[in-house]
Parts: sequence; C-alpha cells; structure tokens
Amino acid sequence: MSAVAAAAGATAVPVQYDEETIKKFAIATVFWGVVGFLVGVVIAWQLAFPLLNLDLEWTTFGRLRPVHTSAVIFAFGGNALFATSLYVVQRTSRAPLFGGRAMGSFLFWGYQAVIVMAAVGYVFGISQGKEYAEPEWYVDLWLTIVWVAYLVAFVGTLMRRQEPHIYVANWFYLAFIVTIAMLHIVNNLAIPVSVFGTKSYIVWAGVQDALTQWWYGHNAVGFFLTAGFLGMMYYFIPKQAERPVYSYRLSIVHFWTLIFLYIWAGPHHLHYTALPDWAQTLGMIFSVMLWMPSWGGMINGVMTLSGAWDKLRTDPVLRFLVVSVAFYGMSTFEGPLMSIKAVNALSHFTDWTIGHVHSGALGWVAFISFGAMYYLFPKLWKRERLYSLRLVTYHFWISTIGIVLYITAMWISGIMQGLMWRAFDQLGYLQYSFIETVEAMHPYYVIRAIGGVLFLLGSLIMVYNLIRTVRGDIRTEAAFARPIGALGAAE
Amino acid sequence: MDLDAAYRLLREFWVVWMMILFFAIVFWAYRPKNKKRFEDAARIPFKDDQ
Repeated sequence: MSAVAAAAGATAVPVQYDEETIKKFAIATVFWGVVGFLVGVVIAWQLAFPLLNLDLEWTTFGRLRPVHTSAVIFAFGGNALFATSLYVVQRTSRAPLFGGRAMGSFLFWGYQAVIVMAAVGYVFGISQGKEYAEPEWYVDLWLTIVWVAYLVAFVGTLMRRQEPHIYVANWFYLAFIVTIAMLHIVNNLAIPVSVFGTKSYIVWAGVQDALTQWWYGHNAVGFFLTAGFLGMMYYFIPKQAERPVYSYRLSIVHFWTLIFLYIWAGPHHLHYTALPDWAQTLGMIFSVMLWMPSWGGMINGVMTLSGAWDKLRTDPVLRFLVVSVAFYGMSTFEGPLMSIKAVNALSHFTDWTIGHVHSGALGWVAFISFGAMYYLFPKLWKRERLYSLRLVTYHFWISTIGIVLYITAMWISGIMQGLMWRAFDQLGYLQYSFIETVEAMHPYYVIRAIGGVLFLLGSLIMVYNLIRTVRGDIRTEAAFARPIGALGAAE
Repeated sequence: MDLDAAYRLLREFWVVWMMILFFAIVFWAYRPKNKKRFEDAARIPFKDDQ
C-alpha cells in the first residue's frame, strides 16, 4: 500500500485542476457572506427598534428573517462548501473535476440561481413556511437538479482518483451531499396548486409534517453545517499547520459516530408537543450521545497543533481555523444540553436558542470558512501570500468580540425570558405579561445588534484584504515577516 | 420460520446490529495491523505539493 503511494508520489504528473470554478465559488462565498451578515444586522436592529420595519410589507422582520438565514446558511455556507469540497476532492484525489469546465459553470450558475430565486421570493412573500426550507416547489425542483449534478461531479472526481484511499475530508463532504439530497427531497414533497402559480401544499399532515420538518431541520445542521464543515477542518487545518491530522484513526471513528447518531436527533425540536413521548425521548438520547463525535472532532482538530502551538501566535489564519474548532466544541456541548427535556422546558422559544445557533454559525461555520478563504485566495490566484496578515488579526479580534457580545447577550436575555415566562405569584397567576418580558430584553437586543455590527465590520476588513490579495499587492509588515520560532527569541 | 418472519425478528433488534457494525468499524480503525496504512492516509493532503 505505502509502496504504491510512494511510487505515485514520485512519478507525480501535473494534474490540470479546475480552479476557475473554485475561484467563482470563493468570490460568491465572500459576497453572500457580507450580504447575509448585513441583513442579519438589519433585522437585529429591527428587533431592538421596531420602527425600522419601515411599515412596508417587503421590509418587515418576517420577510427579511428568511433572507438572512438562507443567505448565511445556503448562500455563504453553501458556496463555501462548494468551493472547498470541489477544491479538496480534486487535490486529495489528484484528479481534475469530473465534467470539466461545463460542469463547474453549471454548478456555479445553477446554485446562484437557487439563491436569487429564493431570496426574491421571500421579499415578495412567497414561502412554504417551513424553517430553512422556505423556498417554494419550483426552486426546490431546480435545486434538486443542481444537487444531483453536484453529486455526479464529486463522485466522478473521486472515481478518477490516483490514490487508493479516499481521504477522510471527502467522506464528510460526501455524507453532506448525499444526506442533504435525501432531506431536501423528503421534506419538500409538495403538490403545486397550479402549473404557473407559486403556491403548493406539502403532502405531510399534522405531527408527521412537524417531525419531517425537524428531521430535515436538525440534519441540515448536522450534515450541512457540521459534516460539510468538518470536511473543511480535516483538510485546511493540516494544510495550514503543515502537519497531518492528529489521529487519522480517530477521524474514522469521529465520522462513523456522527453518521450513526445525527439522523435521530431531530425530535428534540418537538419536546412537549403532540409527538409521541417515546419519540421525544429517543431524540433527546441520541442528541446527548452526539457529545461523542463532538469531542472526537474537537480533539482531532485542536491536537493537530500538538507540538506546534507557537503557530497559533504567529499565524492568524490558523488561529481562525483552530478557534472555529473550539467554538464547534462549545456549541456542540451546549446543543445536547439544550436537548434534555428539563433544560428545553426553559430554553425552548427563548433567545437562548438564537444564541446557541449563532455560537455555532458565527464561531464555527463562519470562522472555519474565513480560515479556508484566507488559505484559498493566495493559492487560487497564485500569490505569494495574503496582502496583510495584520488585517487578518484585526478581522479575527473584531469578529471574536462581536461573537462574545452576541452570545452572552442572548444567553442572559434568553434565560431571563424563560424564567419570566414561568414565574408565578403566590396566588398561582403568571407574574409577568408577555410585553414585560419583551421590554426586559430590549438592552440585550441592542448589545446583540452591536455584536453583529462588529462581525460585519470584520468581514468587510476581509473583503478589502482579499481584493488587495487578488490584485497582487503585498503589505510590508515587519512583525509577521520574521520566521516562525524567531518571534519568541526576538521579544 | 419463513423468510418474512425471520426478517421481522431481525428488524426488532436493529439497535444491536447497528452497535455490532459500529464496534466492528472501531476495531478496524484501531487494529494495530492498520496503523501504518492510516498514517499514510493522513499524508494524502500533502501529496499534491509541487
């Protein structure tokens, strides 16, 4: 086996990787990221100051919220996954993209069309009202076609590989592509009212619809926002740290634990509902067991730096990647905790959930994507390095402060909100009216919005840095120019 | 016992079969014989460097 690999390495023939497609997806990642963060900031201020709804139906919170969630998850996260998965599968297979440039262009423009059609629909009130699956039937059909092409491109590239073994990052990416196809199709089985109309009705009814929706919704978190981005972790952290992953064997166990457990966790979104009690308990138990892959992944990502911890100090790109894994560990510790029925009785419907989602989305998903983009841009445009590592450091700290403001504000306001809802007076009446809880949350809404502004500001610094990188500029920066290891001695 | 009845009986214990499959994967991953093989696999990302 090793002789084969060594021989393959020795007689390496230059492979014509399709990098034009990756470039387009990378630009789209950054563009939609900024759009998604901006809409998020707008709706955060709307919650603090309802006047900002502008009294227009197109700009109300209800219409803009799905624009924000879809833009950050499917447009920013989705393009990041397309960019990195198609890059990683080509590099680790040492094979060009299956289907070539035509396939790349179809995937890119096809997927951007999904995003634009979905977003325009939301603003004009076209929605099937299922969280994270709001697009109507015609967008769903088109996405299915694009997604099948994605699967063909990915598997086709894998089948051309020059390497006997499929690298673990590709397992995670493949699990993400296959599972999302399954979830998307089953959760969107709907019958259109008319051929030329936008309205459709879902085939599921009542509690079956609710369970299908959260089987979809939670596995969108599990396979889109977790498995896919873990694929990113298993490639970009070793590459940026210039050392192989801490334990490849642990990565195998990590992968299969995630696959065996995640699909069952959805019912924890339906505690204390019409869903049968045993199904709720099943969802809770499988959610708690997810602590295993959570720790497996976190140990593997962070310990890859074992023996090279100084790189965290000198390499801000690596800092983004490793801190994202720390946030992954933190938010996937919090998630199972919140799935426990007794905790969920307090946390459900409160801002605690919003805080939890954002510690995962901003800290884990966005940070690892930023790290991957900072790695990819100089590679794709054949630049010596990024324009400025100092600006990466600014981006890192401004965004981190933003996240900390965001999640602490939501923890406090969420737990406060939950406690106020369940508070009784001596006579057994509810102690607070609903509007009193809203009033109490106002300062925290403002703090959250400020956190969001900082996060957006950080991303704009990244945009500037990446534009200068693409233009081929390099900023002279003494502190970061010193060789790694020399820094400690010089200080 | 016909095939259908056997299928029903086996299906009852799906958790057990899944557990056995999972532990077989863990055994495969940590088997000393496979150590070298997976250490080589971990180096795959570094093979495309020109």
